[in-house]
Amino acid sequence: MNRSFHKSQTLRFYDCSAVEVKSKFGAEFRRFSLDRHKPGKFEDFYKLVVHTHHISNSDVTIGYADVHGDLLPINNDDNFCKAVSSANPLLRVFIQKREEAERGSLGAGSLCRRRRALGALRDEGPRRRAHLDIGLPRDFRPVSSIIDVDLVPETHRRVRLHRHGCEKPLGFYIRDGASVRVTPHGLEKVPGIFISRMVPGGLAESTGLLAVNDEVLEVNGIEVAGKTLDQVTDMMIANSHNLIVTVKPANQRNNVVRGGRALGSSGPPSDGTAGLVGPPAPRVLQNFHPDEAESDEDNDVVIEGTLEPARPTQAPGAPAGSLSRVNGAGLAQRLQRDLALDGGLQRLLSSLRADPRHSLALPPGGVEEHGPAVTL
Amino acid sequence: MVEALQEHPRDPNQILIGYSRGLVVIWDLQGSRVLYHFLSSQQLENIWWQRDGRLLVSCHSDGSYCQWPVSSDAQQPEPLRSLVPYGPFPCKAITKILWLTTRQGLPFTIFQGGMPRASYGDRHCISVIHDGQQTAFDFTSRVIDFTVLTEADPAAAFDDPYALVVLAEEELVVIDLQTAGWPPVQLPYLASLHCSAITCSHHVSNIPLKLWERIIAAGSQQNAHFSTMEWPIDGGTSLTPAPPQRDLLLTGHEDGTVRFWDASGVCLRLLYKLSTVRVFLTDTDPNENLSAQGEDEWPPLRKVGSFDPYSDDPRLGIQKIFLCKYSGYLAVAGTAGQVLVLELNDEAAEQAVEQVEADLLQDQEGYRWKGHERLAARSGPVRFEPGFQPFVLVQCQPPAVVTSLALHSEWRLVAFGTSHGFGLFDHQQRRQVFVKCTLHPSDQLALEGPLSRVKSLKKSLRQSFRRMRRSRVSSRKRRPAGPPGEVQEGSAKTERPGLQNMELAPVQRKIEARSAEDSFTGFVRTLYFADTYLRDSSRHCPSLWAGTNGGTIYAFSLRVPPAERRMDEPVRAEQAKEIQLMHRAPVVGILVLDGHSVPLPEPLEVAHDLSKSPDMQGSHQLLVVSEEQFKVFTLPKVSAKLKLKLTALEGSRVRRVSVAHFGSRRAEDYGEHHLAVLTNLGDIQVVSLPLLKPQVRYSCIRREDVSGIASCVFTKYGQGFYLISPSEFERFSLSTKWLVEPRCLVDSAETKNHRPGNGAGPKKAPSRARNSGTQSDGEEKQPGLVMERALLSDERVLKEIQSTLEGDRGSLNWHSHRAAMGCSLSNGGAE
Repeated sequence: MNRSFHKSQTLRFYDCSAVEVKSKFGAEFRRFSLDRHKPGKFEDFYKLVVHTHHISNSDVTIGYADVHGDLLPINNDDNFCKAVSSANPLLRVFIQKREEAERGSLGAGSLCRRRRALGALRDEGPRRRAHLDIGLPRDFRPVSSIIDVDLVPETHRRVRLHRHGCEKPLGFYIRDGASVRVTPHGLEKVPGIFISRMVPGGLAESTGLLAVNDEVLEVNGIEVAGKTLDQVTDMMIANSHNLIVTVKPANQRNNVVRGGRALGSSGPPSDGTAGLVGPPAPRVLQNFHPDEAESDEDNDVVIEGTLEPARPTQAPGAPAGSLSRVNGAGLAQRLQRDLALDGGLQRLLSSLRADPRHSLALPPGGVEEHGPAVTL
Repeated sequence: MVEALQEHPRDPNQILIGYSRGLVVIWDLQGSRVLYHFLSSQQLENIWWQRDGRLLVSCHSDGSYCQWPVSSDAQQPEPLRSLVPYGPFPCKAITKILWLTTRQGLPFTIFQGGMPRASYGDRHCISVIHDGQQTAFDFTSRVIDFTVLTEADPAAAFDDPYALVVLAEEELVVIDLQTAGWPPVQLPYLASLHCSAITCSHHVSNIPLKLWERIIAAGSQQNAHFSTMEWPIDGGTSLTPAPPQRDLLLTGHEDGTVRFWDASGVCLRLLYKLSTVRVFLTDTDPNENLSAQGEDEWPPLRKVGSFDPYSDDPRLGIQKIFLCKYSGYLAVAGTAGQVLVLELNDEAAEQAVEQVEADLLQDQEGYRWKGHERLAARSGPVRFEPGFQPFVLVQCQPPAVVTSLALHSEWRLVAFGTSHGFGLFDHQQRRQVFVKCTLHPSDQLALEGPLSRVKSLKKSLRQSFRRMRRSRVSSRKRRPAGPPGEVQEGSAKTERPGLQNMELAPVQRKIEARSAEDSFTGFVRTLYFADTYLRDSSRHCPSLWAGTNGGTIYAFSLRVPPAERRMDEPVRAEQAKEIQLMHRAPVVGILVLDGHSVPLPEPLEVAHDLSKSPDMQGSHQLLVVSEEQFKVFTLPKVSAKLKLKLTALEGSRVRRVSVAHFGSRRAEDYGEHHLAVLTNLGDIQVVSLPLLKPQVRYSCIRREDVSGIASCVFTKYGQGFYLISPSEFERFSLSTKWLVEPRCLVDSAETKNHRPGNGAGPKKAPSRARNSGTQSDGEEKQPGLVMERALLSDERVLKEIQSTLEGDRGSLNWHSHRAAMGCSLSNGGAE
């Protein structure tokens, strides 16, 4: 460990094109490096991995942790290339025997899930293989959900959008409009806020739960009646980490039918919403733990104590490396797991890494005393 | 067509009728017959009757005027005298003429217009001719009307004019006609606030007497050219008690001046004017010489009034002002990245301004400034008149607008921020302590390579034009009272057809979380000095806090050497903390609360025994106000303690926040500190400290009034000012203890005895006063309006004025004009 530490440091400081790889098989670690710009073929990589871990007689699957902490597979040249090029700066590779891997959940789920999967991997007890190759809901990251089905009227829909990382914009527009309401004085036209446009490929569109001309009634439990378009815009943006909009869908045919089957507020929507989640829908509406919702509340990042302003900046990449080094692998992992809960935070840190002016870099002396800490 | 109508000055049975074709008739009301008639060859503009009624003066569209004797002998159609004062070339019309007799014999001829058409036709002039002297007073804005103050006693034989009062579109000018040279009279109220457009304001409460006197002394030397005449317009009784403290309002202007206004009472009074132009080399200097040359030119133009909307150089504009009332240090920052530190000096001095460049980009590669150039500073010694004299010029590089400024007079430090970063300057040693670039690398990407502020400026201009257009439409349909939704509906309705004609796409808003990629994240919004526990809980140290548009807060711990070694050792700074708010909203305020949760006092406040020293035993707290949230953190370990989400709950954003001290009206020594908050909807809220509970909310400024919201300043005692027009500040108070209101009384009985005045001139004044009366009625109807509007709060007085005016409408008299004018003026203009 110590040796490889020095080795990796040398690599990082003197050869920027090298990518440090930390490969894990079972409880064993191996460290080696790859050329960032010329990673080579997957075949060769596979052989290299098998060779370094002395796995001779069984097929393995290879996965890596991406910047968001998701465990993604490496099984062809393309994703191998992507894995190497996106390593920032360390590429964490996880190897599983193929039969074990099939029980696990390669391809989706955040690091905390992976830990569970890896835990399962460790106890080698005999297990029956699952009949279906569909992962359990806990292996998926929530993207959106219909909530409070038992509270809102059937004609309305309360949708929660989970923004994860920044890879997808929320992606919709709202406008002013008029809607017809039944009032004691008869039918009346009242001003309302409507969804006017969806950004193709945006989160709102991909959920299929919001549509153009849906009337927005509430934002995070606050009625929008009497508020201006700009006010509602600001409210939505301010709540964008955990946006809950109650809409009156323009298309009323897909409403949830409250029937004999008890539909819990968090239960997976059944046949009633089947039309909404078309077969190709890539995400699954699923169970959502409220505590996790709180965890992506806006936690601010605080960076304590740091270098002198006049200090010359170090080479890019060094600060983050020092971060994981100083805190040790365990801490770094925990840290990253925590970070994974909030993609925004992760992204922020990665942007900090990329920016040498930011002050994650440590003074060369007293690492332990003044080491940076991220308060969450 | 009747052009002019005048009553005989002595005999109410005779009226003078002037027709546009040139016919003038004296009509006998009792006998219903024509007494005399006069026929001039030119189109008539106006007529004037001499005090004794024996002479008529008519003015004409060709720039001539004629005198006609009125005598009982045979009808005399020939004018006594006819001349074109600015001939022989074609002249503009003389639109109004006054002919005033004096005891000395030679009359005053005062007329409006009549300038040579080709070269001076666009000037707004009033000419005064008396005893061989002739001056054409040249106004920068259109003359609405003018009148002359004369002997009030109707029995007096002569007019004996003593003052000329001119109401121009942008200001009121009074000229002393008794003193040789006809100097202007300084206005005690109604000063033209917007003589150059107001770009920022800064309020300082409770000025120490010493500083107050020094500022007044400096200002009085600037006012040497004014007449010594007492303000000639009076009337009414002021019931306002003497202001309890001395308050200064500093306004920064587009032309690089800072004006110091006495804001203690109802009327803003100009105390002192500071110009920063002398520090820089501008194109204006040769022009000054030119105007001096034209002594014996014809026509004898003389510029009067202070309204001058043409800025020589927009880069001179003042953007931020910070005055320390204890030390007399003033920091002023402008549009082209210039930061001046000034010191109050009672003597004129010739000194060189030390120049220091602060490179905020440091060694950032690939940025190229495409905005304006920096201002060229004068290198040699410059003579400065008594008052605030600059001694250091810190030039930010790139020369972007200075967006935040803080001065700590005890530590002798000045901090400044632009859209690129911020810096700290030690003005004692005249040395830069540090600079910090806040630009985010992705900001560069967002701007496509090199730094280009030009494109986004264009974009923002387009946006603001759209907003203006929108607000213009909706403000036309503005209703004084009613729920906001209703107003919105009304405006939406009026907007709809207009929009459909212009563009088919409806107004829509994108819903997108803020990301680090947004441009202008590095824009420094707020700077704050605090002596607090930044590093550990055992030692406190000076610190500088900076908040950016991207929700980042930087904290630097400072080491300021003790006073005896202040000049020898350098001030050191070290970055101690960096906080990134997850919601990324712009940081608009930073504040440190002491162990008793009281905001830290201002520098030198404790030293002057004006504040309790802060509690340094308990743990300090940091309050960060972003546009969206209020958040309290612990110190020295920054962890969130509590927060108030404003935008997420109400959809409004914080535009301005300030700590206000709310004193009790009952107990003299009891008071609490809370936050006064202005939102983008124009609402004013009070948020309690330290628990961040919203206390009250009032709608104050119209939400469409973008410039009103942008101009708002809070005082330390819960009052505030904002611009309701480019030239008028409205004052409000959130405090029950500190109210400034116009308490005055106009006695109407006394005025009845006076002779009726000339109806033509000041007719506008009463109608304006009536307007303000009805406005206050509307105010009264608003439900739940608890907030006292200082201006319009005294309903009784306004009603009284109104009834006075309406009751006397038939026989309008000069005395009541005076009062009405004074009142509406002090309502509208000065305050």
